[in-house]
Amino acid sequence: MLGLNKKDTTLLLVVAILTLCAPFILNPFPEGSALAQFNAGYPDLMQRFVIFGIFAIGFNILFGLTGYLSFGHAAFLGVGSYSAVWMFKLLSMNVIPAIILSMIVSGLFAVVIGFVSLRRSGIYFSILTLAFAQMSFNLAYSVLTPITNGETGLQLTLNDPRILGMSATADGSIPVTSLFGLEMRSTYQMEVGAWLFQFNAGYYLCAAIMLLAFYLAIRIFRSPFGMMLRAVKSNQQRMRYTGLNPRPYTLAAFVISGMYAGLAGGLMASMDPLAGAERMQWTASGEVVLMTILGGAGTLIGPVLGAGFIKYFENIFSKINDNVLHSWFSFLPDGLEDFIVTIVHPFIGKGWHLTLGILFMLVVIFLPGGLVEGGQRIARLFRGKKTANTSKTKTEPAE
Amino acid sequence: MDAIILQILNGLDKGSAYALIALGLTLIFGTLGVVNFAHGALFMIGSFCAVTLSKILNLSYEVVDPTKKDFLGNPLKVKMPYVESWFGTDMGAAIIDWSVPLAILFSIPVMICIGFIMERGLIKHFYKRPHADQILVTFGLAIVLQEIIKYFYGANPIPTPAPAVFKGSFDFGVILGFDPNTIIYPYWRLVYFGFAALIIGAVFAFLQFTTFGMVVRAGMADRETVGLLGINIDKRFTIMFGLAAAVAGLAGVMYAPINSPNYHMGMDFLVLSFVVVVVGGMGSLPGAVAAGFLLGVLESFASMNQIKSLIPGIDQIIIYLVAIIILLTRPRGLMGRKGVMED
Amino acid sequence: MGILEVKGVNKRFGGLQALGDVNLSVRENTVHAIIGPNGAGKSTLLNCLVGKLIPDTGSVMFDGQSVLGRQPHEINQMGISRVFQTPEIFGDLTVMENMMIPIFAKRDGAFRMHAVGNMMSEKGIVEAAEKMLVDMNMADKRDMHTASMSRGDKRRLEIGMCLAQEPKLLLLDEPTAGMARADTNNTIDLLKQIKEERDITIAIIEHDMHVVFSLADRITVLAQGTPLVEDDPQNIKGNPKVREAYLGETA
Repeated sequence: MLGLNKKDTTLLLVVAILTLCAPFILNPFPEGSALAQFNAGYPDLMQRFVIFGIFAIGFNILFGLTGYLSFGHAAFLGVGSYSAVWMFKLLSMNVIPAIILSMIVSGLFAVVIGFVSLRRSGIYFSILTLAFAQMSFNLAYSVLTPITNGETGLQLTLNDPRILGMSATADGSIPVTSLFGLEMRSTYQMEVGAWLFQFNAGYYLCAAIMLLAFYLAIRIFRSPFGMMLRAVKSNQQRMRYTGLNPRPYTLAAFVISGMYAGLAGGLMASMDPLAGAERMQWTASGEVVLMTILGGAGTLIGPVLGAGFIKYFENIFSKINDNVLHSWFSFLPDGLEDFIVTIVHPFIGKGWHLTLGILFMLVVIFLPGGLVEGGQRIARLFRGKKTANTSKTKTEPAE
Repeated sequence: MDAIILQILNGLDKGSAYALIALGLTLIFGTLGVVNFAHGALFMIGSFCAVTLSKILNLSYEVVDPTKKDFLGNPLKVKMPYVESWFGTDMGAAIIDWSVPLAILFSIPVMICIGFIMERGLIKHFYKRPHADQILVTFGLAIVLQEIIKYFYGANPIPTPAPAVFKGSFDFGVILGFDPNTIIYPYWRLVYFGFAALIIGAVFAFLQFTTFGMVVRAGMADRETVGLLGINIDKRFTIMFGLAAAVAGLAGVMYAPINSPNYHMGMDFLVLSFVVVVVGGMGSLPGAVAAGFLLGVLESFASMNQIKSLIPGIDQIIIYLVAIIILLTRPRGLMGRKGVMED
Repeated sequence: MGILEVKGVNKRFGGLQALGDVNLSVRENTVHAIIGPNGAGKSTLLNCLVGKLIPDTGSVMFDGQSVLGRQPHEINQMGISRVFQTPEIFGDLTVMENMMIPIFAKRDGAFRMHAVGNMMSEKGIVEAAEKMLVDMNMADKRDMHTASMSRGDKRRLEIGMCLAQEPKLLLLDEPTAGMARADTNNTIDLLKQIKEERDITIAIIEHDMHVVFSLADRITVLAQGTPLVEDDPQNIKGNPKVREAYLGETA
């Protein structure tokens, strides 16, 4: 279907069904129950899942296929956000032009940065991209303040000269983002017994775009272009002596993944129309690297899994506090309870980054293939040893 | 003229910090072949060694001071640091005052230990893994280290003053024959520069004049051959890593009065130090030092008002701009050797 | 007039004269061997032909055009394919994918974006690659990952990849170096077969005299960066100058 083989079609369908039914799947616990805090089915978080999914899918096209490790991808995300907000300020509150502009601008940005950075490879490339991103971040904070509004971040105001549309609504508030009139924040709530399911317009727009982005990524992975990118990672020398110039291929991959990042940034601004320089910081670039590695670089589904995993646990961990811990471990004797709470305390709440760092190290050390490889290992265990040996030689490099 | 000298001086202290961090990074690249993204965190831990020592020295108990009364007429409780009660008020106060320089003694064993643990426990297992993996795992480690510091010390910068003797400024202009008050330079920055020069000199002397250093230099020139000679490289790698960690830590300790330590300073400096290493040339120790000072001075020139008004924002990006131009015109950096990290 | 004309090529590395006034002419549809003791400048010469090094002086003409100053991939597109001393193939890809890449390169040139097409549905490409695998006797290894193959198989695949581009000139850099006797003989047979079946010129740099004398139509002997003699194999064997410079210790 759609030019995909059977396996890929199944994968795409599974992802499609999961994203479309996410408001149900992510809300398995009834409202008000003790486990409700583990629910993730509310619009803001679900939007983050798919937006960061797009970001990671794009990053994986560069890193997973060509092996070029960019440490500055957040710059494109930031540029995308700024462009989208400017489109809201100047043109219209419709998200389509904003998203298109954010992709174009981040694409142009990627052409310039990629052209320079890709002249070097390996560690030099990583440092160059990191330097470019830090430079953009510094500029956004200081001299570009007229465009970026510096530390405060770029926001909509009541006197934006919006060409198509009004500066302020009749009741004097700032208009909201919409898709041809369908407000992004509008949410349909469905109560089923004790459960509350929320269907948010913005989430479904993001989900649809993510599915499109995912589909495109599958096509790229399976295309001759994707094969060339894997060839770049494998042996550039042979590539050159086969009459192929690796640089346009890597540049194309860089620009495509930059545009994915810009798209993610544009969507982020479409859901909540503001943009700040902190989105461009190296920590943000590091985060997308984390997502991709954690899920499994070079695999199709890995980055999406990684993005969901990190954003979900970020949300959960940030919510847990000592009281919650005490209630969990209350079955233990008092002394032991306090002891365990003290041990766990640094990893929760504001300590989420610590957990993330440790998790990241563990994955790089023990599971370089990420969650996907972990899943395959477990599957192999279940299938028994005999199949394990045959599947080892036949594993597709990109699935 | 005086303005130019002032900017050169201003650039020296930052340049010293860049040079020291870049020196350690280069040592690790050159000998171990590992790209260490956690090196900035070592610098930061060094700074927090100074903070810790100053906190320890300030540990105090409360005593009632019969000579003073609060506004209600009750006897006033004052804090009495233990050091002051042990060594007498004057001596104790002096020790507290000198906590930053004293932290040097405290930090050397701490940093060497941290370095050993890092190398033995983690980095060792990554010698044969791709550079990307090395970057990623040390990046993860950097996050962990900085979060641990944040957990114990909080997110806000902690002012850590230099000894009172060095608090003033020094009128350089008079010595050089300019009018008074044209070139004013804080004493501590002068101390920092001298200290950095000392450390750099010591590292170079160590590499130049000891057998150990000779092996290390040979290793940087040709790792495989030295390994084949049957020299126990492993042990030397560990020591090298400890040394690099100590250099970064010392740079951090002495930098604490200039820049109040905060948990993210490591990464801020790391990015710049990488740029320094790239500009100086991967694997070249003199290159790292020269580029460190060069970029420090350039940065301070770019922040002159005359230049900023000419090209707005140049002070924010000058270092990156130089790095990009250097990498494009001289891919191996100013003093880089062929074949380092070029696979 | 040969297909490859090297005239007056000099190359210095610091104080070392690696190549001194090298003249060489490779005639079309012959196998031309370049031999010489270690350090004679064979690899330097080869690197000058494929664009990895640029000679200080002199000219290198291929098929009437100069190759100097061109990028390796451009020289390859002119019709020179190179087989490396240690096989250079795409280790992370399957045998079939390895074979498809040169065929894409042949059809599309240095760069073309097929970002959404499915590579396995590119009919002509798949067929050509499969045919080449059959020719190379590797059809059974179609979906294998190349990293796990023997050195002989890797060499065979590399030669196949070069032939798939239908080059006018095939450069071989010590193709049997580090190979077991059986693999060496297989490679010789393969090259003989190629020589007979295809319109192709082969230039081969080789250490192993057995390989050289079983394949070459013409031999150039390099010593200390300069060609000593260029002649037919039977004359080379008897040439006293060559004996002294090179064969002296082996013959």
